Amino acid sequence: MTATHTPAPRPRTGRRRMLGTAGFHASAGLLSVLWLLPIALVLVTSVRSFDDVAAHGVGSLPHSFTLDGFRQAWVDGGQQRALINSLLVTIPTVLLSLLLASTAAFALSRYDVPLRRTLLLLMLGGNLLPPQILLVPVSKLSEMLGLYDSLYALIGVQVGFGIGFYVFVLHGFMRSIPPEIQQAAVIDGAGPWQIYTRIILPLAKPAMAALSALSFTWIFNDLLWAITVLRTDTQMPITASLIGLQGQYVSMWNVIAAGSVIAAAPTVIVFLKFQRHFVAGLNLGAVK
Amino acid sequence: MAVLTAPRKETRRRTEGRPPARKRATRVPPVVLAFVLVPLLAEAFWVFWPALQGFYLAFTQWDGVSAPQFIGLGNFREMFGDAVFRTAALDTVIWLLLFGGLSAALGLGAALLLQQERRGVGFYRAALFLPVVFSLVATALVWQAMYQPDGLINKTLEAVGLSGLTHAWLADQDTALYAVIVPALWRQIGYVMVLYLAGLKGIDPVLYEAAKVDGATRWQQFRHITLPQLSSVNAVVISVIVIDSLRSFDVVWALTRGGPYHSSELLSTYMYSTAFQSLRLGYGSALAVVIFVLAFGVIASYLVRAFREADA
Repeated sequence: MTATHTPAPRPRTGRRRMLGTAGFHASAGLLSVLWLLPIALVLVTSVRSFDDVAAHGVGSLPHSFTLDGFRQAWVDGGQQRALINSLLVTIPTVLLSLLLASTAAFALSRYDVPLRRTLLLLMLGGNLLPPQILLVPVSKLSEMLGLYDSLYALIGVQVGFGIGFYVFVLHGFMRSIPPEIQQAAVIDGAGPWQIYTRIILPLAKPAMAALSALSFTWIFNDLLWAITVLRTDTQMPITASLIGLQGQYVSMWNVIAAGSVIAAAPTVIVFLKFQRHFVAGLNLGAVK
Repeated sequence: MAVLTAPRKETRRRTEGRPPARKRATRVPPVVLAFVLVPLLAEAFWVFWPALQGFYLAFTQWDGVSAPQFIGLGNFREMFGDAVFRTAALDTVIWLLLFGGLSAALGLGAALLLQQERRGVGFYRAALFLPVVFSLVATALVWQAMYQPDGLINKTLEAVGLSGLTHAWLADQDTALYAVIVPALWRQIGYVMVLYLAGLKGIDPVLYEAAKVDGATRWQQFRHITLPQLSSVNAVVISVIVIDSLRSFDVVWALTRGGPYHSSELLSTYMYSTAFQSLRLGYGSALAVVIFVLAFGVIASYLVRAFREADA
């Protein structure tokens, strides 16, 4: 911690400030390099040829450039199908969870629903349960419903399990909207549905955006629920398929690295596009 | 917790809510009730109802095909003699302490370093934060490449003359668990950092100025201003970390599946393989109950905090 910054008004000599700046960039830069190195390694490995990796090792500098690894992961490794599965689960789940969570949060935060605090905490409590307690019953439940090994089961459990947290966050956000805005609408004769769609929802947009970015990555990255309710390889989302790839292409590091890049790309894109919302979302959930 | 907080709230509502009459309609429109009930039913169907079943199944013996057989505390009694359970429980505790402790400490350290508004700080923050969006499976595979016998870690050790330390990191029972913790940390630290950055931003700079006037050293400022001011963030970070630790599954499953010889087995991976690979659904459910009991204290305190918040 050579570079702890003191925002003191007391004058410092230019030399000391320069040392501080250099120390800061040295330590922060070193940290960033450490953090980015594994990512750089996987990017480099993904464009190397198998022979190159086999001859020089995974840790060596590249001696080749080819997109063969990507082709193998995408076509032969079934990652195309898996990526589509992931999106087929993630997008409806995000939309449905946020729709359901926002109506519940709206009702609980803007109306005197009986037992509203208890309901709110019950819902949050459901999300905090360790998923392990649910795995066996959920797999049996989806079997009973005839949904086992189908993406519907995955959507169902993801929505049910995630809702509590989103309700809690949105409730906190919606409660901070001044009641006068709603009263004006009531006087103009607006019903709850209009108040929800025309007033509260547009005002809650920042929180909704943050939660969408966040839940997209969570659901897209999930492995445990997927391998609990799915069985067939062609149904599996990208995380599970990546594990399959690892078994299928043992020590073909260029293919496995390419697969990891494909699996990470969508969430990285969402992150880069919605970085601000994303970080805000993490804080919204936690440091309220 | 209800007993502790409820009276406080009642008095407050009475004092502020009474005079300008009740602003909210006392009668809740049916559509609003539906707004709550539909999501609640969805959660009840996929979470509460299965959870109750999970607790029941913990007291049964079940192969998933024939009817579950009630055996009382039999599963829990079996755990006492189960060496794998002991390993998994111990590893879970190590995981909690190492993964939890280090991600909190290093996350705070990174936040303290990167809270300064200097040129380039946005880049540094993004670099540390980027892994947070990766799936733990992708993270695990990235690190598996690093851990290979001819991977970057061993090559680096050789290059700096420490070839005696080179290792088959994931295949060695002594190192597997720790080798799995590292990727988990790599991903978690950025997340914890974000939480602390927000907390640090919320501290009134006047406090530091006053301390400086009094001649407090940096350590004293950290000890007597920063840490106490961060107490609410600390509570959140600790809850998040404990819950995450007990849930940790993906990274271990992708890297070692709990092996070699259960040396990196966590309760969560053991639960999964017992239930879905050995098809001992009753014993697996009992292991899940153990995880629940371990998490319960954290969940309860999280809810108490949430209760106060919902109140305020």
